[in-house]
Amino acid sequence: MDTVVFKQNHVQPLEKITYERPSSLCDVHTHYCPGCTHGTAHRLVAEVLDELDIREDTILVSSVGCSVFSYNYFDVDACEAAHGRAPAMATGVKRVNPGKIVFTYQGDGDLASIGTAEIIHAAARGEKITVIFVNNAIYGMTGGQMAPTSLLGQKTTSSPFGRDAQLAGMPIHMAELLAQLPGTVYSVRRSLHDARHVLQAKKAIRTAFEAQIDNLGFSVVELLSSCPTNWGMTPNEALTWVEEALVPFYPLGDYKVDERLQGRKGAPK
Amino acid sequence: MATGRIVIDAERCKGCELCRPACPQSVIQLAESLNTKGYRPAMLVDPLHSCTGCALCAVVCPDGCITVYRDLPQKQTSLPKYEMKETLAHVEAVA
Repeated sequence: MDTVVFKQNHVQPLEKITYERPSSLCDVHTHYCPGCTHGTAHRLVAEVLDELDIREDTILVSSVGCSVFSYNYFDVDACEAAHGRAPAMATGVKRVNPGKIVFTYQGDGDLASIGTAEIIHAAARGEKITVIFVNNAIYGMTGGQMAPTSLLGQKTTSSPFGRDAQLAGMPIHMAELLAQLPGTVYSVRRSLHDARHVLQAKKAIRTAFEAQIDNLGFSVVELLSSCPTNWGMTPNEALTWVEEALVPFYPLGDYKVDERLQGRKGAPK
Repeated sequence: MATGRIVIDAERCKGCELCRPACPQSVIQLAESLNTKGYRPAMLVDPLHSCTGCALCAVVCPDGCITVYRDLPQKQTSLPKYEMKETLAHVEAVA
Protein backbone atom coordinates (compact mmCIF):
# COMPACT_ATOMS: atom_id res chain seq x y z
CA MET A 1 0.00 0.00 0.00
CA ASP A 2 2.97 2.28 0.50
CA THR A 3 4.21 1.79 -3.02
CA VAL A 4 4.58 5.04 -4.88
CA VAL A 5 4.80 5.29 -8.64
CA PHE A 6 7.08 7.83 -10.27
CA LYS A 7 6.64 8.87 -13.84
CA GLN A 8 9.44 10.21 -16.05
CA ASN A 9 10.79 13.54 -14.83
CA HIS A 10 8.24 14.25 -12.15
CA VAL A 11 9.58 14.38 -8.64
CA GLN A 12 6.17 14.21 -7.03
CA PRO A 13 4.51 10.79 -7.06
CA LEU A 14 1.57 10.89 -9.44
CA GLU A 15 -0.45 8.09 -7.95
CA LYS A 16 -0.42 5.48 -5.24
CA ILE A 17 -1.65 1.92 -5.13
CA THR A 18 -4.82 1.69 -3.07
CA TYR A 19 -5.65 -1.96 -3.68
CA GLU A 20 -3.52 -4.84 -4.81
CA ARG A 21 -3.37 -8.58 -4.64
CA PRO A 22 -2.44 -9.70 -1.11
CA SER A 23 1.01 -11.22 -0.73
CA SER A 24 -0.38 -14.23 1.16
CA LEU A 25 -1.84 -15.49 -2.11
CA CYS A 26 0.52 -17.40 -4.37
CA ASP A 27 1.09 -16.01 -7.83
CA VAL A 28 -0.77 -18.80 -9.58
CA HIS A 29 -4.02 -19.03 -11.49
CA THR A 30 -6.80 -20.78 -9.60
CA HIS A 31 -8.81 -23.67 -11.00
CA TYR A 32 -12.09 -22.13 -9.90
CA CYS A 33 -14.79 -21.44 -12.47
CA PRO A 34 -15.28 -17.84 -13.63
CA GLY A 35 -17.22 -15.88 -11.04
CA CYS A 36 -16.85 -18.44 -8.25
CA THR A 37 -16.69 -16.60 -4.92
CA HIS A 38 -14.19 -19.13 -3.58
CA GLY A 39 -11.61 -16.79 -5.06
CA THR A 40 -13.08 -13.85 -3.14
CA ALA A 41 -13.00 -15.84 0.10
CA HIS A 42 -9.38 -16.82 -0.57
CA ARG A 43 -8.45 -13.20 -1.14
CA LEU A 44 -10.18 -12.02 2.03
CA VAL A 45 -8.39 -14.61 4.17
CA ALA A 46 -5.08 -13.67 2.55
CA GLU A 47 -5.70 -9.98 3.20
CA VAL A 48 -6.42 -10.69 6.85
CA LEU A 49 -3.24 -12.78 7.14
CA ASP A 50 -1.34 -9.84 5.64
CA GLU A 51 -2.98 -7.27 7.90
CA LEU A 52 -2.40 -9.25 11.08
CA ASP A 53 1.10 -10.14 9.85
CA ILE A 54 0.70 -13.80 10.80
CA ARG A 55 1.46 -15.46 7.49
CA GLU A 56 4.72 -16.97 8.71
CA ASP A 57 2.98 -18.51 11.72
CA THR A 58 -0.10 -19.82 9.96
CA ILE A 59 -0.90 -23.39 9.03
CA LEU A 60 -3.77 -24.19 6.69
CA VAL A 61 -5.63 -27.47 6.76
CA SER A 62 -7.39 -27.74 3.45
CA SER A 63 -10.46 -29.83 2.85
CA VAL A 64 -11.93 -31.89 0.07
CA GLY A 65 -14.20 -30.27 -2.46
CA CYS A 66 -13.58 -27.43 -4.84
CA SER A 67 -11.29 -25.96 -2.18
CA VAL A 68 -9.10 -29.08 -2.25
CA PHE A 69 -6.27 -27.22 -3.95
CA SER A 70 -6.31 -24.27 -1.58
CA TYR A 71 -2.87 -25.35 -0.34
CA ASN A 72 -1.61 -24.31 -3.77
CA TYR A 73 -3.18 -20.88 -3.52
CA PHE A 74 -2.31 -19.69 -0.01
CA ASP A 75 1.32 -18.88 0.56
CA VAL A 76 1.32 -20.57 3.98
CA ASP A 77 2.28 -23.99 5.28
CA ALA A 78 -0.54 -26.39 4.62
CA CYS A 79 -1.65 -29.96 4.77
CA GLU A 80 -4.53 -31.81 3.22
CA ALA A 81 -7.07 -33.65 5.36
CA ALA A 82 -9.30 -36.56 4.45
CA HIS A 83 -12.82 -35.60 3.42
CA GLY A 84 -14.50 -33.77 6.29
CA ARG A 85 -11.65 -34.38 8.73
CA ALA A 86 -10.02 -30.97 8.51
CA PRO A 87 -11.11 -29.90 12.04
CA ALA A 88 -9.74 -33.15 13.47
CA MET A 89 -6.42 -32.69 11.72
CA ALA A 90 -6.36 -29.02 12.70
CA THR A 91 -6.90 -30.10 16.31
CA GLY A 92 -3.76 -32.21 16.15
CA VAL A 93 -1.75 -29.52 14.40
CA LYS A 94 -2.80 -26.88 16.91
CA ARG A 95 -2.17 -29.06 19.96
CA VAL A 96 1.32 -29.94 18.78
CA ASN A 97 2.03 -26.33 17.73
CA PRO A 98 0.06 -24.20 20.17
CA GLY A 99 1.92 -21.09 19.08
CA LYS A 100 0.83 -21.39 15.46
CA ILE A 101 -2.33 -20.02 13.90
CA VAL A 102 -4.28 -22.94 12.44
CA PHE A 103 -7.26 -22.56 10.18
CA THR A 104 -9.36 -24.82 8.01
CA TYR A 105 -11.04 -23.83 4.78
CA GLN A 106 -14.06 -26.03 4.12
CA GLY A 107 -17.07 -26.14 1.88
CA ASP A 108 -20.57 -27.20 2.80
CA GLY A 109 -20.28 -30.72 1.41
CA ASP A 110 -17.16 -31.20 3.51
CA LEU A 111 -18.13 -29.47 6.71
CA ALA A 112 -21.88 -30.00 6.92
CA SER A 113 -22.14 -33.50 5.52
CA ILE A 114 -19.29 -35.97 5.89
CA GLY A 115 -17.47 -33.81 8.42
CA THR A 116 -20.39 -32.94 10.71
CA ALA A 117 -19.07 -35.01 13.60
CA GLU A 118 -15.59 -33.52 13.37
CA ILE A 119 -16.69 -29.90 13.23
CA ILE A 120 -19.20 -30.28 16.06
CA HIS A 121 -16.77 -32.01 18.38
CA ALA A 122 -13.98 -29.59 17.55
CA ALA A 123 -16.34 -26.78 18.54
CA ALA A 124 -17.55 -28.63 21.62
CA ARG A 125 -13.97 -29.14 22.79
CA GLY A 126 -13.27 -25.48 22.15
CA GLU A 127 -10.27 -26.18 19.95
CA LYS A 128 -8.43 -22.94 19.31
CA ILE A 129 -8.75 -23.05 15.55
CA THR A 130 -10.47 -20.88 12.97
CA VAL A 131 -12.84 -22.36 10.42
CA ILE A 132 -13.71 -20.63 7.16
CA PHE A 133 -16.92 -22.29 6.01
CA VAL A 134 -17.92 -21.59 2.42
CA ASN A 135 -21.59 -22.43 1.91
CA ASN A 136 -22.80 -22.52 -1.68
CA ALA A 137 -25.70 -24.93 -1.10
CA ILE A 138 -24.40 -27.55 -3.52
CA TYR A 139 -21.58 -30.03 -4.12
CA GLY A 140 -19.45 -28.15 -6.63
CA MET A 141 -16.51 -30.40 -7.44
CA THR A 142 -18.41 -33.65 -7.98
CA GLY A 143 -20.95 -32.19 -10.38
CA GLY A 144 -23.70 -30.34 -8.55
CA GLN A 145 -25.30 -32.89 -6.24
CA MET A 146 -27.60 -31.95 -3.37
CA ALA A 147 -25.75 -30.83 -0.25
CA PRO A 148 -27.06 -30.75 3.33
CA THR A 149 -27.37 -27.01 2.86
CA SER A 150 -29.31 -27.10 -0.44
CA LEU A 151 -32.56 -25.17 -0.19
CA LEU A 152 -35.95 -26.85 -0.25
CA GLY A 153 -37.05 -27.20 -3.85
CA GLN A 154 -33.56 -26.57 -5.19
CA LYS A 155 -32.88 -28.61 -8.31
CA THR A 156 -29.57 -30.42 -8.33
CA THR A 157 -28.26 -33.39 -10.27
CA SER A 158 -29.27 -35.70 -7.42
CA SER A 159 -32.60 -33.95 -6.76
CA PRO A 160 -33.84 -33.19 -10.29
CA PHE A 161 -37.36 -32.43 -9.05
CA GLY A 162 -36.17 -30.19 -6.27
CA ARG A 163 -35.16 -31.00 -2.71
CA ASP A 164 -37.96 -32.75 -0.88
CA ALA A 165 -38.09 -32.35 2.91
CA GLN A 166 -39.77 -35.74 3.32
CA LEU A 167 -36.97 -37.46 1.46
CA ALA A 168 -33.87 -35.42 2.24
CA GLY A 169 -34.76 -33.50 5.39
CA MET A 170 -34.32 -29.82 6.00
CA PRO A 171 -31.23 -27.75 5.25
CA ILE A 172 -28.81 -27.33 8.15
CA HIS A 173 -27.98 -23.92 9.58
CA MET A 174 -24.40 -24.50 10.62
CA ALA A 175 -23.57 -21.06 12.05
CA GLU A 176 -26.55 -21.25 14.45
CA LEU A 177 -25.78 -24.88 15.28
CA LEU A 178 -22.13 -24.25 16.12
CA ALA A 179 -23.08 -21.17 18.15
CA GLN A 180 -24.91 -23.47 20.59
CA LEU A 181 -21.72 -25.23 21.60
CA PRO A 182 -19.86 -24.01 24.66
CA GLY A 183 -16.39 -24.06 23.11
CA THR A 184 -17.35 -21.65 20.32
CA VAL A 185 -16.39 -18.03 20.91
CA TYR A 186 -17.25 -16.61 17.51
CA SER A 187 -19.85 -17.87 15.06
CA VAL A 188 -21.20 -15.56 12.39
CA ARG A 189 -22.66 -15.73 8.91
CA ARG A 190 -21.71 -13.34 6.15
CA SER A 191 -22.35 -13.22 2.42
CA LEU A 192 -20.13 -12.49 -0.57
CA HIS A 193 -22.77 -11.26 -2.99
CA ASP A 194 -21.73 -7.62 -3.29
CA ALA A 195 -18.90 -5.30 -2.35
CA ARG A 196 -20.46 -4.12 0.91
CA HIS A 197 -21.03 -7.65 2.15
CA VAL A 198 -17.57 -8.72 1.01
CA LEU A 199 -16.05 -6.01 3.18
CA GLN A 200 -18.23 -7.06 6.13
CA ALA A 201 -17.09 -10.64 5.60
CA LYS A 202 -13.48 -9.53 5.75
CA LYS A 203 -14.02 -7.85 9.10
CA ALA A 204 -15.61 -11.02 10.43
CA ILE A 205 -12.69 -13.15 9.21
CA ARG A 206 -10.32 -10.77 10.93
CA THR A 207 -12.22 -11.05 14.21
CA ALA A 208 -12.21 -14.84 13.90
CA PHE A 209 -8.42 -14.89 13.55
CA GLU A 210 -8.05 -12.42 16.42
CA ALA A 211 -10.08 -14.78 18.60
CA GLN A 212 -7.51 -17.46 17.89
CA ILE A 213 -4.55 -15.14 18.38
CA ASP A 214 -5.96 -14.27 21.81
CA ASN A 215 -6.38 -17.99 22.57
CA LEU A 216 -10.09 -17.65 23.27
CA GLY A 217 -11.48 -20.74 21.54
CA PHE A 218 -13.17 -22.04 18.43
CA SER A 219 -14.15 -19.47 15.80
CA VAL A 220 -16.11 -20.03 12.61
CA VAL A 221 -17.20 -17.72 9.78
CA GLU A 222 -19.84 -19.02 7.41
CA LEU A 223 -19.70 -17.32 4.00
CA LEU A 224 -22.66 -17.59 1.66
CA SER A 225 -21.09 -18.22 -1.70
CA SER A 226 -22.11 -18.87 -5.28
CA CYS A 227 -21.67 -21.76 -7.70
CA PRO A 228 -22.57 -20.38 -11.13
CA THR A 229 -21.61 -23.55 -13.01
CA ASN A 230 -23.69 -26.01 -11.03
CA TRP A 231 -26.56 -23.63 -10.41
CA GLY A 232 -26.71 -23.13 -14.18
CA MET A 233 -26.46 -19.35 -14.04
CA THR A 234 -24.16 -16.58 -15.12
CA PRO A 235 -21.88 -15.31 -12.34
CA ASN A 236 -23.97 -12.18 -11.84
CA GLU A 237 -27.25 -14.12 -11.84
CA ALA A 238 -25.74 -16.44 -9.25
CA LEU A 239 -24.91 -13.52 -6.96
CA THR A 240 -28.47 -12.25 -7.36
CA TRP A 241 -29.73 -15.70 -6.38
CA VAL A 242 -27.52 -15.63 -3.29
CA GLU A 243 -29.11 -12.33 -2.33
CA GLU A 244 -32.70 -13.31 -3.12
CA ALA A 245 -32.81 -16.97 -2.11
CA LEU A 246 -29.89 -17.91 0.12
CA VAL A 247 -29.72 -14.82 2.34
CA PRO A 248 -33.44 -14.93 3.35
CA PHE A 249 -33.11 -18.60 4.29
CA TYR A 250 -29.70 -18.28 5.92
CA PRO A 251 -29.98 -14.94 7.73
CA LEU A 252 -26.76 -12.99 8.01
CA GLY A 253 -25.75 -12.14 11.51
CA ASP A 254 -23.70 -12.77 14.62
CA TYR A 255 -24.86 -15.92 16.36
CA LYS A 256 -22.22 -15.99 19.03
CA VAL A 257 -19.70 -13.33 19.87
CA ASP A 258 -17.79 -13.88 23.09
CA GLU A 259 -17.85 -10.85 25.36
CA ARG A 260 -14.05 -10.64 25.12
CA LEU A 261 -14.47 -9.98 21.38
CA GLN A 262 -17.04 -7.24 21.76
CA GLY A 263 -16.20 -3.87 20.33
CA ARG A 264 -13.73 -5.15 17.76
CA LYS A 265 -13.99 -4.71 14.03
CA GLY A 266 -16.78 -6.93 12.77
CA ALA A 267 -18.29 -7.49 16.19
CA PRO A 268 -21.67 -5.94 16.95
CA LYS A 269 -21.61 -2.56 18.68
CA MET B 1 -13.60 14.15 -7.04
CA ALA B 2 -10.73 11.78 -6.70
CA THR B 3 -9.55 10.11 -9.85
CA GLY B 4 -7.66 6.95 -10.48
CA ARG B 5 -7.23 3.99 -12.72
CA ILE B 6 -7.19 0.24 -12.52
CA VAL B 7 -4.82 -2.28 -14.05
CA ILE B 8 -6.31 -5.68 -14.83
CA ASP B 9 -4.14 -8.77 -15.14
CA ALA B 10 -5.69 -9.93 -18.40
CA GLU B 11 -4.11 -13.39 -18.24
CA ARG B 12 -5.52 -14.03 -14.78
CA CYS B 13 -8.97 -12.61 -15.57
CA LYS B 14 -11.68 -15.17 -16.36
CA GLY B 15 -14.19 -12.70 -17.79
CA CYS B 16 -16.81 -13.38 -15.11
CA GLU B 17 -18.06 -9.78 -15.33
CA LEU B 18 -18.63 -9.40 -11.58
CA CYS B 19 -16.69 -6.14 -11.72
CA ARG B 20 -18.99 -4.58 -14.31
CA PRO B 21 -22.11 -4.05 -12.17
CA ALA B 22 -19.89 -3.30 -9.16
CA CYS B 23 -18.37 -0.28 -10.92
CA PRO B 24 -20.27 2.92 -10.02
CA GLN B 25 -18.78 4.74 -13.03
CA SER B 26 -19.45 1.93 -15.55
CA VAL B 27 -15.96 2.13 -17.03
CA ILE B 28 -15.25 -1.60 -17.20
CA GLN B 29 -15.97 -3.56 -20.38
CA LEU B 30 -15.02 -6.97 -21.67
CA ALA B 31 -12.34 -7.03 -24.33
CA GLU B 32 -13.12 -8.34 -27.80
CA SER B 33 -9.91 -10.36 -27.80
CA LEU B 34 -9.26 -13.55 -25.88
CA ASN B 35 -6.55 -14.30 -23.37
CA THR B 36 -4.54 -17.53 -23.51
CA LYS B 37 -7.16 -19.35 -21.42
CA GLY B 38 -9.84 -18.39 -23.95
CA TYR B 39 -11.70 -15.86 -21.82
CA ARG B 40 -12.58 -12.31 -22.76
CA PRO B 41 -10.80 -10.35 -20.03
CA ALA B 42 -12.20 -7.22 -18.45
CA MET B 43 -10.60 -3.95 -19.44
CA LEU B 44 -10.81 -0.34 -18.36
CA VAL B 45 -12.54 1.87 -20.95
CA ASP B 46 -12.29 5.30 -19.42
CA PRO B 47 -11.89 8.05 -22.05
CA LEU B 48 -13.15 10.79 -19.70
CA HIS B 49 -10.97 9.67 -16.80
CA SER B 50 -14.02 9.14 -14.63
CA CYS B 51 -12.56 6.21 -12.66
CA THR B 52 -12.40 7.33 -9.03
CA GLY B 53 -10.13 4.57 -7.80
CA CYS B 54 -12.83 3.41 -5.38
CA ALA B 55 -11.62 -0.21 -5.60
CA LEU B 56 -15.11 -1.73 -5.54
CA CYS B 57 -14.21 -3.76 -8.64
CA ALA B 58 -11.14 -5.12 -6.90
CA VAL B 59 -13.18 -5.97 -3.80
CA VAL B 60 -15.55 -8.22 -5.75
CA CYS B 61 -12.97 -9.68 -8.16
CA PRO B 62 -12.77 -13.42 -7.35
CA ASP B 63 -9.40 -13.82 -9.02
CA GLY B 64 -7.65 -10.84 -7.47
CA CYS B 65 -6.51 -9.54 -10.82
CA ILE B 66 -7.27 -5.85 -10.30
CA THR B 67 -4.76 -3.36 -8.95
CA VAL B 68 -6.18 0.06 -8.13
CA TYR B 69 -4.26 3.31 -8.34
CA ARG B 70 -5.48 6.64 -7.09
CA ASP B 71 -4.09 9.90 -8.40
CA LEU B 72 -2.36 12.06 -5.84
CA PRO B 73 -3.07 15.80 -5.72
CA GLN B 74 -0.29 17.66 -7.53
CA LYS B 75 1.24 20.93 -6.43
CA GLN B 76 1.41 23.51 -9.17
CA THR B 77 4.99 23.82 -10.37
CA SER B 78 6.20 25.72 -13.39
CA LEU B 79 8.72 24.19 -15.74
CA PRO B 80 12.29 25.50 -15.42
CA LYS B 81 12.92 28.47 -17.69
CA TYR B 82 15.47 26.80 -19.92
CA GLU B 83 12.93 24.07 -20.60
CA MET B 84 10.36 26.69 -21.57
CA LYS B 85 12.84 28.31 -23.94
CA GLU B 86 13.81 25.01 -25.47
CA THR B 87 10.21 24.06 -25.88
CA LEU B 88 9.37 27.37 -27.56
CA ALA B 89 12.38 27.07 -29.82
CA HIS B 90 11.34 23.57 -30.73
CA VAL B 91 7.80 24.68 -31.51
CA GLU B 92 9.06 27.52 -33.69
CA ALA B 93 11.49 25.25 -35.48
CA VAL B 94 8.73 22.78 -36.25
CA ALA B 95 6.37 25.55 -37.31
